[in-house]
Amino acid sequence: MADARDIPDFTPVNLLTGFLGSGKTTLLSRLLKDPALNDAAVLINEFGEAGLDHHLVEQLDTDMVLLQSGCLCCTVRGELAEAIRDLHARRERGEIPPFRRIVVESTGLADPFPVLSTIKADPVLRHHFRPGNVVTTVDAVNGLRQLDTYVESNRQAAIADRIVITKRDLCADDALDALTARLASLNPDAPVFDATDADLDLAGLVLDEAVPRVALLQSPSGFYCDAPLQLIDADGGGHSADFRSIVISVDQPVDWTAFGLWMTMLLNRHGDRVIRVKGILNIDGEERPVAIHGVQHLVHTPVHMQAWPDEDRRSRIVFIVDGLDGNLLKRSFEAFAMVPRMSAVA
Amino acid sequence: MCSLCGILGGNEHWADAVARPGVFTRNHERVDRRRERARRVSAANTILSAFALQLSDWQGASFLLSSRTGKTEVVEDLGHLWPAAEAMIGRGCDPLDEAIIQRMERQRHG
Repeated sequence: MADARDIPDFTPVNLLTGFLGSGKTTLLSRLLKDPALNDAAVLINEFGEAGLDHHLVEQLDTDMVLLQSGCLCCTVRGELAEAIRDLHARRERGEIPPFRRIVVESTGLADPFPVLSTIKADPVLRHHFRPGNVVTTVDAVNGLRQLDTYVESNRQAAIADRIVITKRDLCADDALDALTARLASLNPDAPVFDATDADLDLAGLVLDEAVPRVALLQSPSGFYCDAPLQLIDADGGGHSADFRSIVISVDQPVDWTAFGLWMTMLLNRHGDRVIRVKGILNIDGEERPVAIHGVQHLVHTPVHMQAWPDEDRRSRIVFIVDGLDGNLLKRSFEAFAMVPRMSAVA
Repeated sequence: MCSLCGILGGNEHWADAVARPGVFTRNHERVDRRRERARRVSAANTILSAFALQLSDWQGASFLLSSRTGKTEVVEDLGHLWPAAEAMIGRGCDPLDEAIIQRMERQRHG
């Protein structure tokens, strides 16, 4: 466990999600035993499921145990916000080890968005916590069928920062290819990992840092890819929802003020259908790029990056949308956010 | 206080993030803040004119949204601008509406 002085100003809250039976709890029990999470507090649904008995050091109370790895493990009863507030208060009072990260396991059928919005909306939590990576497990055997059938499964994959394919050893190669292709069209920017890989970097799943490409089952695309995928019409019908990703890439600098107005206008009207937005912007008048990241109505604080990742200075935004017209979205972005001098008209 | 939800202080909106390391914001110095507010009012009015609405700065702290018939409302930040605008005109402000895109394209090229 970390020293109390090391508690970050904003403790990251990771979300571990995935459809029922997708191997979420198996991955979680691996995470719990890993030294990478020795400074984490993990919120799970049931102690029994995670099979912690052999790793238990101390039962702190009925809802909280300390594991050998140093990790705190708690079950959530009632509201998630209340559970995190309680952890925060107890950490402040020095009653529990000073954790530096929280990992929340979501239930398999849940839309993961409310967990993220809880952190931003709660009057206490928003000053002490920030959303961390969303890790989504996808079952290699049943994943494709679940994506075809359940909207929740699409949402879970769409908001992922890291996708972990489980049970790959039980699946034929061509079926796996079809699944990875679907995931790439749904969420082109999320690196995909293989849970059966003995060298899987568990720490890398929860840490925010960029992932080295060699570790990936599939190259990430989106704003790190060499040639952005044009996926507007990539996938046909037959899905439970019209989820697709749209990559907007522009040479001209973006007007930050106009972009803010456009983005808030878009999310106000279509926030429920903008599942995910992630981008790197070349802002007019700025040397360094600005990264933006949002999930539905929630936009994270814009990050002023240290430098461009490569020579490419274009603004690139990946939208994952449910049923919005990609061409209209592009035209709208260009018409609103790149207006050179709006003041002349006002 | 936010006139829509009645919350004091409200949430930190992403477009007005408090200046801290690693965060992109134009909220650093007083002069930056004022300049950005002026830009925002002007940029917002380009869009709002399509809905016969107008935005103005209110004491450097909030904004006033007004209609041509004299309806006026205090708006705290960008997060509240569009719900307030929609409530005032009684219909949606949709950036994906073909007519509004065409209008913005004309302004951009004209």
